[in-house]
Amino acid sequence: MSAPAQTRIIFKHIDETGYTNDIECYLRNGGYEVLKKAVGMKPEDLREEVKKAGLRGRGGAGFPCGFKWSLVDRKSGKPIYLIVNADESEPGTFKDRYIIHQDPHQLIEGIMISCFANDVKQAYIYIRGEMPEGARILEKAIAEAKAKNFVGPNILGTGYSCEIYVHRGAGAYICGEETGLIESLEGKRANPRIKPPYFPAVLGLYQCPTIVNNVETLCHVKHIVDMTGEAYAKIGTPNNTGTRIFCVSGHVQRPGYYEFPAGTITMGQLLNDVCGGPLPGRTFKAVIPGGSSAKVLRFGERYKGKRKVGAEMVEYDWGVEDVPMDFDSLAMIGSMGGSGGVIVMDDSVNMVEALANINAFYQHESCGQCTPCREGSLWMKKITTRMVHGDARPQDGALLKSVADQIPGRTICAFGEACSWPTQSFYLKFKDEFDGYSEQKKTLPADRLTIV
Amino acid sequence: MNLKPETTARIDEVITHYPVKRSATLPLLHLIQEDVGHISDEAITWIAQKLELQPINVLEVVTFYPMFRRHPIGRRHIKVCRTLSCALRGGYKTCDTFKSEFGVELGAVSADGEATVEFVECLASCGTAPVVMIDEVLHENVDCAKAKALADQIKSEAAARK
Repeated sequence: MSAPAQTRIIFKHIDETGYTNDIECYLRNGGYEVLKKAVGMKPEDLREEVKKAGLRGRGGAGFPCGFKWSLVDRKSGKPIYLIVNADESEPGTFKDRYIIHQDPHQLIEGIMISCFANDVKQAYIYIRGEMPEGARILEKAIAEAKAKNFVGPNILGTGYSCEIYVHRGAGAYICGEETGLIESLEGKRANPRIKPPYFPAVLGLYQCPTIVNNVETLCHVKHIVDMTGEAYAKIGTPNNTGTRIFCVSGHVQRPGYYEFPAGTITMGQLLNDVCGGPLPGRTFKAVIPGGSSAKVLRFGERYKGKRKVGAEMVEYDWGVEDVPMDFDSLAMIGSMGGSGGVIVMDDSVNMVEALANINAFYQHESCGQCTPCREGSLWMKKITTRMVHGDARPQDGALLKSVADQIPGRTICAFGEACSWPTQSFYLKFKDEFDGYSEQKKTLPADRLTIV
Repeated sequence: MNLKPETTARIDEVITHYPVKRSATLPLLHLIQEDVGHISDEAITWIAQKLELQPINVLEVVTFYPMFRRHPIGRRHIKVCRTLSCALRGGYKTCDTFKSEFGVELGAVSADGEATVEFVECLASCGTAPVVMIDEVLHENVDCAKAKALADQIKSEAAARK
């Protein structure tokens, strides 16, 4: 079966000839009409639409957005903040970059609708430090929107006022974790906060109720309000509604970003039909389906079990190629949809070396406050680096596993899981390569690509 | 602190974005680093005073975030992405090309003061790997030939200035 056609909602205008990122172009394309509609509705009705839509967060966790909003403490009398998580930094993920650079007003309209729906008077866009141009584009777009009365005091004559400021990070991955991000926005080290009690919806920025949403999630809000939650929920599959953007990188013919109704495309269709298959003379070996912390899938392995289709339980027997690319199916086979970052590795890659690359990333990015994560990520990096560049021992794989198994569940934030899942899954699925690496290393081509 | 007038003006403006002054720590560090080139002890004390903090509150932030640096670097800052998607497409070779073109080790300043080459973590442009940021500009699909061309361009711009 060949792949379905792309349905571009969020990326409708990305790479469109003649489409520019200024407000005039956005207005010519129907821009800010949905905001005009939204401010005529009751905030609680807007929130209800987002709930009905079944929108799940696009940052990585896939947490239902409407439910997140319903947790906000609206009785405390404290101001409610909205923070846009534009700290796109999960390796393999590169979707928000294009929204920010090419269609910033779509994001700003989504922010303003979300702010109005939640009675937010102040929003911050936390953009990663490595996107200085993106920060300038957003600042210009906010100024343009302010001049047209879409942002700022007394928006569209409704008496509702809301400001947006851009806040730049400075190269720390952990700022993508929402409580780390909040600490960073408060001017501190981005050490994530312990939950409970610091659920952002209750005790977030400046100990006030705070909503943290991903860039793409907020763009979806605009389209939900435009088409109604009910109509949006019809896109995709039940519980995985709307479209998903897949960012494909690594060893395929056509890496890039592709938007499809959620759950309607399989891994095989995405990699073979959409991305053109493996590079000449190569075959696929492994794929990480949802950003580098997602558990790796090995081509050739089978996933069997029962799943719910409609009201019935149906048996499934899938190879990697058959897995539908939605949150639930990927979770069912032991990995995750995460941020939609799909990293593909072909048979030229040695998995010990690929893991060594990933381990170096997580060791560099651990914030350091929890011992299992700080020491564990460093230890795992030291082992895999030594295996590649020094002496590899047959028992190294088992040692790696023992370290990785002691991190998840023992840390303040999900980074503990993120840094151990690659090691756990690489070792589980490529045990032969880890246990045999000390011998195999002698026969690997000396001129192979260095990846660590 | 000897800052450009526009830097001072932007500092005073950005502090107004937050109900709590401390939140302006990162923005101030960015503005000062863009103006001066690095974060000196003097800058740390100055920011602390400006935001009514202790110097340690600023120093601990500087040492946490990879983008802030305590020492001057070369005139041009070449940041090559090291992470998996770029590595799978030859990022390590790209980095080696820049190192040999400027005759430097990672993080050091070239003898002529022109370039500093750094290996950084994911720049979020994995679909056009390998990627390199030179100062504030992202360059995509930088294979060795393109790396060499970019290095040549930097060298010719440096020669034109002399």
